[in-house]
Amino acid sequence: MNPADSRRTVILQGMGVSPGIAIGTAYLVRRIDAPISRYQIQDRSLLAEEIRRFRKAIKDSETQLLEIKRKFKDQEGLETLYILDVHIMILRDKMLIRQTIQNIEDKGVNAEWALRMTLDKYRDVFSKVDDEYLRERVSDVEYAGQRILRNLAGVHHESISGIGENAIVIARDLSPADTMQMKVERIQGFATDMGGKTSHTAIVARAYEIPAVVGLEKVTTEVRTGDVVIIDGTAGAVIVNPDPEIIRRYEEKKRHYETIEDSLLRNARKPAVTLDRHRVLIGANIEFTEEIASAVHHGADGIGLYRTEFIYINRDRLPTEEEHFCAYKKVVESKGIRWATIRTFDLGGDKFMSDPRLAAEMNPVMGLRAIRFCLREVDLFKVQLRAILRASAYGRTKVLFPMISGMEELLETKRIFNEVKKELKRDGIPYGKDVKVGIMMEVPSAALIAGDLAREVDFFSIGTNDLIQYTLAIDRVNERVSYLYEPLHPAVLKLIRQIVEAGHSAGIEVAMCGEMAGEPAYTMVLLGLGIDELSMNALVIPRVKKIIRAVTMKECRKLADQVMSFNSASEIEFFVRDAMRKRFKDDFETAD
Amino acid sequence: MIVQKTLTIKNQLGLHARSAAMIVRALEGCRSQVSLERDGVRVDARSLLDILTLGCPKDSRIVVRADGEDAREAVESIERLVDSRFGEDA
Repeated sequence: MNPADSRRTVILQGMGVSPGIAIGTAYLVRRIDAPISRYQIQDRSLLAEEIRRFRKAIKDSETQLLEIKRKFKDQEGLETLYILDVHIMILRDKMLIRQTIQNIEDKGVNAEWALRMTLDKYRDVFSKVDDEYLRERVSDVEYAGQRILRNLAGVHHESISGIGENAIVIARDLSPADTMQMKVERIQGFATDMGGKTSHTAIVARAYEIPAVVGLEKVTTEVRTGDVVIIDGTAGAVIVNPDPEIIRRYEEKKRHYETIEDSLLRNARKPAVTLDRHRVLIGANIEFTEEIASAVHHGADGIGLYRTEFIYINRDRLPTEEEHFCAYKKVVESKGIRWATIRTFDLGGDKFMSDPRLAAEMNPVMGLRAIRFCLREVDLFKVQLRAILRASAYGRTKVLFPMISGMEELLETKRIFNEVKKELKRDGIPYGKDVKVGIMMEVPSAALIAGDLAREVDFFSIGTNDLIQYTLAIDRVNERVSYLYEPLHPAVLKLIRQIVEAGHSAGIEVAMCGEMAGEPAYTMVLLGLGIDELSMNALVIPRVKKIIRAVTMKECRKLADQVMSFNSASEIEFFVRDAMRKRFKDDFETAD
Repeated sequence: MIVQKTLTIKNQLGLHARSAAMIVRALEGCRSQVSLERDGVRVDARSLLDILTLGCPKDSRIVVRADGEDAREAVESIERLVDSRFGEDA
């Protein structure tokens, strides 16, 4: 092949949802949502053959799904199996079958086209349904429909379970049925057109620590099976057909990443103690129970933030108390962690769909969400609290209430919490005797009255993401103002210092669980401000611990004091990065 | 024999995939023709897809109609599911 034949290099930007670098050969998981050809079948005697073909494709699809279900019965959560059941039922659906056969007979078209017509009709009907959740179920119809189309095209032998070593899986989107069929541990990386942080691909990739980038929009049209692809899950980039020079650079980057990882990991389980014997607690932020093993592996002392939202979303109905309980019990009784901080529901009421008036808010981050929603839907809130308390009988549990903005909210929340305790006691259901109650410090009003709030709780946890966006009046997702999102803004630092001082005067611990806590460049400043516990993405724990173990509190306090003397965010950012580069040459060698 | 009954959906999430699937499954052993009707739209109660297209949220009223020798049992089995809120908590 001469050089002119080699395909051009393409760089795609998406959202990195699982960090690390992968270099490998692309494997394109085909989806037949490309246009389907229409054939008019003139000879009516051949229509029977089309119908037979269609029925066989359904039978094959059903056999495949049953096979997947059988294989994974013991491994996956019940929820995933239930989705497979729904897909099987859609395949068997008499209306779907009848409609398609009728299309073949009446219109004299091929089975693929006839099925596409049926699927389009359902898509149309679903799009008119008022209920948003129900509207989205059209994706299940599509998943099932595409499986039949794949079987009609005879590509079902292209089993994804046969994906070789070093493969990088490229797909529009991956369904649970897809990933269940893969030997995921052999896959090097994932890149998908669709998806976000909580998409199925992202969850699987993080659980297996495989680099992944999602939301690339057109990776499936840019990549062919066999192309060389680089996935940078940290930067959210995908490079297709890189030239040898780029490959060399990324191989180096990858090696670097891994050797740092290796040497850091060896020390990750050591405690985060400064040279002058000050102990800092290190927590991991998790969303799924599958992440606990990785948290322990990377050196977390405890679970500093268990976000419970995923229990509610991506499902058809409200979780039962048992489902909550199973998840919480799994977290609190995990081996290797000393405590688990469980944060109660922190989303908008629109996730429930029970009340359509909640669905459309102009400014959802400041709307009826988190504790505000829970205080209005007390029955729903109590289900979660009961489950948390029941789980607390199995391990050290802290409960964390999000978005508290004033004293009334806190007192009302505590009243409900104590009521649930009383109910459990009355019913003779065991719960932990020493469940610590804490609040997120993320609304500036709460930070300003931290002294009063501190007397009512056992701990604070500073949620920097929201604290920054509320204090600086920036919508983080609005790209036009995101440059103003400055964690080291003097106003933010003053609030943090004030929260820590208020907490310490009342004798309670102050944790931090926002993204700031996991930024190694800020570690010394945060220690200097007096934070007792830092909770972060598990993968950065080794780097943060390395810094803590190499510094003294004395120098951290000095740095924090210096930082507080500046009056602009950019100055502080520059000063801190510069100081960290000088202090840790190897870890901060490149300017950001 | 034709049996007809009007039921009110009481579970929080209405007739979604899981609840609709429970109806289809409940009718597996029965021989009658069974339909569900809402706001003048009538669908076959054995089709998961068609039930979903009715888009029944909480508090909507549906008419269950069965025609056949075991019509009563068919209607009762659906009524039991609706009354038990399809096993949902709230």
